Amino acid sequence: MKMSNPAFRRYTWSVVLLMTGYVLILFGVNAFFDHGAPTGVSAYLAAALPALPIVGVFFVIGRLLVDLKTDEYVRMLLVRQTLVATAVSLTVATVWGFLESFDLAPHLEAYWFAVLWFAGLGVGNCANAFFERGASE
Amino acid sequence: MKNRLRVLRAERCWSQSDLAERLEVSRQSVNAIETGKYDPSLPLAFRIAELFDLSIEDVFESPSRHSSKAI
Repeated sequence: MKMSNPAFRRYTWSVVLLMTGYVLILFGVNAFFDHGAPTGVSAYLAAALPALPIVGVFFVIGRLLVDLKTDEYVRMLLVRQTLVATAVSLTVATVWGFLESFDLAPHLEAYWFAVLWFAGLGVGNCANAFFERGASE
Repeated sequence: MKNRLRVLRAERCWSQSDLAERLEVSRQSVNAIETGKYDPSLPLAFRIAELFDLSIEDVFESPSRHSSKAI
């Protein structure tokens, strides 16, 4: 996909900012729990804080889909990429959930499925390369 | 869907990038349409036809008409 497209530039910068924020928040929240021993509402709020930049990335991907309204082919590629990522992550989450419920797999924190979804975007990119052979020469 | 995009573009000495810029799409999109890998939506097909000052039928070959010819 063409990175000189302003929509992709905005997406890239947004992701860089969100990931920088994620690292800073994660360090801050870890330090807060290590030294502050929070309880009650503050503990819940602090624990949920690192999720915000990740949710932000989902939002930014959605905004990219909207921004690509004139470039329908590239938007179709991105839609396919995200659908593949969703299929991969939900399939693994479902299978893992059943394995876990029968004590055949260790417990996995649910946020790993978001990480898997991002990895699934790579799989989606490979699917695009496979299905669109010859179209990007 | 077969089309005459490559020919029409060549007649005007436009590169794929030139056409992409005029249509406000990526070069990748122009290439996918030219090679028949992607069928544009009706609004984009109209934009393409209007850019060349032609009707849609002059740019794109109707798949149903093409198959009936084959019969």
